Amino acid sequence: MNAIRNVFANLKTLGNGALIGYITAGDPDPEFTPKIAEALVKGGVDILELGLPFSDPIADGPTIQEASLRALNARTTPQVVLELAKQVRQNHDVPVVIMTYFNPVFRMGLEKFFGAAKDCKVDGVIVPDLPFEEADQYRTSVAEFGLDTVFLAAPSTTDDRLHRIVVCSSGFLYLVSHFGVTGAKSTVESSTIQLVKRVRTFTQGRVSLAVGFGVSKPEHVKSILSAGADGVIVGSAFVNIISRNLLYRKKMLAGIESTARVLKQATLHYLSPS
Amino acid sequence: MTAIKELELAYEQAKSDPEFQDEVNCYLREYVGRPTALYFAENITRMVGGAKIYLKREDLAHGGAHKINNTIGQGLLAKRMGKKRVIAETGAGQHGVAAAMACAALGLRAEVYMGTEDMARQRLNVFRMRLLDAEVHPVETGSKTLKDAINEAFRDWVTNLESTYYMIGSVVGPHPYPMMVRDFQSVIGKELKAEFIHREGRLPEALVACVGGGSNALGTFYPFEDDSTVKLYGVEAAGEGVDTGRHAASLGAGAEGIFHGMFTYILQDKNGQIQNTQSISAGLDYPGVGPEHSFLKARRRAEYVSATDKEAVKAFQTLSQEEGIIPALESSHAIAYAMKLAKKMKKEQAIVVTLSGRGDKDVETVANYLDARI
Repeated sequence: MNAIRNVFANLKTLGNGALIGYITAGDPDPEFTPKIAEALVKGGVDILELGLPFSDPIADGPTIQEASLRALNARTTPQVVLELAKQVRQNHDVPVVIMTYFNPVFRMGLEKFFGAAKDCKVDGVIVPDLPFEEADQYRTSVAEFGLDTVFLAAPSTTDDRLHRIVVCSSGFLYLVSHFGVTGAKSTVESSTIQLVKRVRTFTQGRVSLAVGFGVSKPEHVKSILSAGADGVIVGSAFVNIISRNLLYRKKMLAGIESTARVLKQATLHYLSPS
Repeated sequence: MTAIKELELAYEQAKSDPEFQDEVNCYLREYVGRPTALYFAENITRMVGGAKIYLKREDLAHGGAHKINNTIGQGLLAKRMGKKRVIAETGAGQHGVAAAMACAALGLRAEVYMGTEDMARQRLNVFRMRLLDAEVHPVETGSKTLKDAINEAFRDWVTNLESTYYMIGSVVGPHPYPMMVRDFQSVIGKELKAEFIHREGRLPEALVACVGGGSNALGTFYPFEDDSTVKLYGVEAAGEGVDTGRHAASLGAGAEGIFHGMFTYILQDKNGQIQNTQSISAGLDYPGVGPEHSFLKARRRAEYVSATDKEAVKAFQTLSQEEGIIPALESSHAIAYAMKLAKKMKKEQAIVVTLSGRGDKDVETVANYLDARI
């Protein structure tokens, strides 16, 4: 379970931030997911977040809702996603985190799901609809298989809860940048910068801080990292490239790779090497 | 989590504040028109030839359904919390209409999410909401029905937490919603109990209510939970038949799962994906059920059964013809089961059916089902 921590630590010594790239596994179809993952890695993504599609993704905006639907229509089951994770993990030297809603995990059974995830060399899990208050059993089970548990914090999260979320989180803490759901935005609000600074005081020295929801441009990446985050999570910006190029797969891959490269560039040397 | 904790705290305070309770009761009496009647349905009782069938007439509440009991309560709570904007989801449109009414009366702005599939089959309610000055947001995602409207309402809520109160329409969602909605709907069971005792000098042998999310049923059952002689029956929508897979019987055919912030019975596939439901009544078309019903089922305190579209339409016609009461299609499921049950019981026994709403909104749907012209 040290792979994610090592990535953040190594980047930090160089003065760089982490670029975490999200795609929905199985979108547009499971066969193509390894190619998209490859494009992301070639572009410079440091950690890959694979979404396990759920029928009712309430934390997601239209972009990822549609991606989930495409993946489900292409018969992407939890088993398929875990197999894809395994394949990606074998082909590339980047940690893989699975993001999913709780019901598919619960339905398979926690032990079975995390056991399979471990066998597939998955490094961590993110479950946005599971608050830490309800997560005792989940944390025990995940810990048993040595995976990282990434919890989310939001702008409305109180100091008291934030403190406990930091304690529960390993790998990194996922900070939701603004009130709302996922989806690419044109600007980073000044409140996001204030938020990063506040949360930073809780995470510093304990767990890495990555910021997602709405992050889609190099200038977003720079301002969020400058505010004190250790990494950024970009999802909808990549998924938009997929959805716009469903019939032009070469163009899709080229777009993903070049977008990742531009975003990765923005994570470099935002602080002096330590 | 912060928002639902804020809500929980506000509700706990309101609940123990006699002034808030007085305010709720005053609106229930003067605006909603409570108490609603308990009516002895003599004609269908005679027709069936078994236990006496009584109807708790929630169809007579303002707006034509029990939904207003909850929206008045939550509307007053929203006001107390200083929220000016209220969002709600609706399936059949009954909760949307009740939310719009309560908001209009209390000076709040109402915005209602509704699946486009439901908007098509409940056009009348869409227009009613607009007349009541509510904004209706069409929901195009997923199955375009109630569950998707709830998803969209949650997405709105997390985006506008500070200004907005989410007025959920049933005993579903994350805590404190199931408890809070149950409390507001318990007026049904409390009145029914007093009214029945007044008439018969004892408790009824059975209570029957339809279950979608389950608010009218839980409001009926809750004050009787400790009265072990009273049997409780929740009637789910069997659609075209539970064995066809085209139904909405979460308790009857679902499995445990986590959905919309609750741990309950859910209609889902083997991979944990939520399944689409099927019922002639939009109000029962939901793949989950209030968690307290799951608890009543697990404890075997209540029994959950179902009625098909066909049985519900038959009951809809029977009650109209025999009693001069056009019931909501949702409530028709309860009537259908109650008539079956009454037949197996003794004449000196009694069943109370909660008639959760009136059926004016369903006339077009039933006409289509029967291939009748209007």
